[in-house]
Amino acid sequence: MADANTQDKREIPYVMAINEGVHQIMQELDDTFLLGEDVAGVGGVFGTYRGVLDKFGPERAIDTPISEKGIVGLAVGAAATGLRPMVDIMFMDFLGVCMDEITNQMAKMRYMFGGAATLPITVMTMGGAGMSMAAQHSQSLEAWLIHLPGLKVVMPSTPYDAKGLLIAAVKDDNPVIVIFNKLSLGIKGEVPEESYEVPLGKARIAREGTDLTIVALGRMVYEALNAAEQLAELGINTEIVDPRTLQPFDTDTVIQSVKKTHKAMVVHEAVRFGGMGGEIAAQIQELAFDYLDAPVARIGAPFSPVPFNPGLEQAYMPNAEKIVAQAKELLDR
Amino acid sequence: MTDQYQSKLVIPEAPFRPGDKPDYSFMSLPSPNESIKPDCMADPAEMKDLAYGMVRVLDDDQHAQGAWDPQLSIEKLQAALEYMVKTRIYDDRMFRMQRQGKLSFYIKCLGEEAIAVGQAMALQFGDMLFSTYRQQGLLFVRDRGLVDMMCSCLSNSKDNQKGRQLPTLYSWKEGNYFSVSGNLATQFSQAVGWAMASAYKGEDHIASAWVGEGSSAEADVYHALLFSAAYRAPVLLNVVNNQWAISTPQNMASGGTTFAARGLGFNLPSIRVDGNDLLAVYAVTEWAAKRARSGGGPTFIELFTYRAEAHSSSDDPNAYRAKDEWQSWPLGDPVERLKIHLIERQQWSEEQQEELEANLTKKISQAWKEAESFGTLEDGPHWPLESMFDDVFKDIPPHLRRQRRKLEM
Ligand SMILES: Cc1ncc(C[n+]2csc(CCOP(=O)(O)OP(=O)(O)O)c2C)c(N)n1
Repeated sequence: MADANTQDKREIPYVMAINEGVHQIMQELDDTFLLGEDVAGVGGVFGTYRGVLDKFGPERAIDTPISEKGIVGLAVGAAATGLRPMVDIMFMDFLGVCMDEITNQMAKMRYMFGGAATLPITVMTMGGAGMSMAAQHSQSLEAWLIHLPGLKVVMPSTPYDAKGLLIAAVKDDNPVIVIFNKLSLGIKGEVPEESYEVPLGKARIAREGTDLTIVALGRMVYEALNAAEQLAELGINTEIVDPRTLQPFDTDTVIQSVKKTHKAMVVHEAVRFGGMGGEIAAQIQELAFDYLDAPVARIGAPFSPVPFNPGLEQAYMPNAEKIVAQAKELLDR
Repeated sequence: MTDQYQSKLVIPEAPFRPGDKPDYSFMSLPSPNESIKPDCMADPAEMKDLAYGMVRVLDDDQHAQGAWDPQLSIEKLQAALEYMVKTRIYDDRMFRMQRQGKLSFYIKCLGEEAIAVGQAMALQFGDMLFSTYRQQGLLFVRDRGLVDMMCSCLSNSKDNQKGRQLPTLYSWKEGNYFSVSGNLATQFSQAVGWAMASAYKGEDHIASAWVGEGSSAEADVYHALLFSAAYRAPVLLNVVNNQWAISTPQNMASGGTTFAARGLGFNLPSIRVDGNDLLAVYAVTEWAAKRARSGGGPTFIELFTYRAEAHSSSDDPNAYRAKDEWQSWPLGDPVERLKIHLIERQQWSEEQQEELEANLTKKISQAWKEAESFGTLEDGPHWPLESMFDDVFKDIPPHLRRQRRKLEM
């Protein structure tokens, strides 16, 4: 056994952090069960559910027919009896197939039942581009979800948050969608061995700075950190806010940061038009207009579907280089 | 709770998992002489048995038998064999290219070649094909260029999908091959719509759609069954039951009966056929196509086969299924079966087979070299960056024009 010191500093990849979180919360709460396509027999096509079938048996790790609408509908019904379904939707793009259950049922049921229904459902899904999976397996569709009253939405960037937010999501009595990122699966980070929660609705300062605030969603936190290193060489000290939860959104942390730096940029992988960045920019100008030295900058993907070809896809995706270029423009004003 | 309360959660299990010895003796396989062949305009009520039986033509010795024998000419049979071998060698080559890092992804159809080849041969060129990623044989029968197919997988400068789609999800408008979707089963309803439009316009073309047995769980399949039945659309709705949907066994989606049986509830002629028997596949497709073209509407077909390879280049089937399942598969290898059939009729030989394989291997090698001359996955050239903004809309709106200019800078 490693001693306590090295255990504290244990680093594991994002995929293992998710896996550990699933195991621990299922151990802790026996009213949980996992369901989705290929989650039991092979432990998920990304390996996030490895070992769950062996540990919890076929009644709590359930492979389903290929019907996303059937899966989410089942979860709604089972949750209404008090169980805590943990649903996997393999790729975020497939939310399209079950959007009615999510939009019109899961998100609104407590409200429509006059508060008499509790639906503690966690939907786990994998978003993001960068793996040459083309337009129907690479999207970032969080803007669809944050727009639905009744639904919580989290987007963990680090292995630590992947585990902690997942555990908090499952414990939460509202339906929560957890958007993991497929390109981050191998990214390593510090993760405590024991079970812990990262509270929903609380942002994190990923890097402290004084000259510029970058609000970065999901994997874009890493691109922003990389950009911040480059900007530091130019004497620009960047602060990075990782919202972690998109709904409910932690406006206060963002506003505090902007009041300090006077400049703000929002970065997400989703198509820029109609993306979460517009909402965040609007809140900043509503609540901190007098503190701003320049309009809030927004970086997102172009208004076209995600290409397959790796060369085209790289050009398509927001990255550190684009952030640096935009930051320079912003600071020149 | 009363004594009568006995409900119990049942989780379907695969017949075999890693470590098991596959044994399919439980499967009852009717002989070719057992299936009746109704008139192609017969009432579905008269042919319900076909949904539970299995249309076969080649018997265990690969002799053609029974009412469904399509009586194909020797030339046609030899052509079918060639298409199947071509599919197999092409797949093999492309899979190796994926393993060498020259393609990022690939899907083979090993063991299922008779389905696409037999069905495409029984259809007409003007019929629209709504394929999945596992019917590449359709393209060979329609004589799609090898180089074109490879360029599509390489997503290079000659890729007709312009660097936008995964390998094996082909698209070929001129060949009446509908663009394959990355999200499952959507093609089923689309095929019904296409077929209804064809009927509305008074054309004699029909549509044919395929879906995996796993994907048949998607609601699209039921929509397609009902709409096609309601409007009597000239469409063939095919479920390819290759026993596995990635790691999920077919009984997860079957409800414990045949897939074909599902069509009966919609009052459709519903036929299960040995998908590894080229003659049977051809015969059933020919029958259904004739029915559709004669105003008889849709037919629901289950093609019973086995997925001999991994789902795709991204998974390892040893993690979820028993070794040797394919070797134990009672319906054999479709290529071997047709080859033996022809050899038994003294219309083919092992030497001819070897020569055919050698020729096709050489052709495919040459085509690969030519395809790479239009660009490789790693080094390009690929479609230009600004092409990303083409085809999003018919005409590029001003805000996309601005984004394109920015990208060019
Ligand atoms: C809507 C949707 N759900 C899930 C997937 C992921 N997926 C791709 S292929 C596949 C298995 C399909 O199995 P089956 O329909 O039996 O066809 P096969 O691959 O065996 O030919 C799954 C689950 C998808 N692409 N689209």
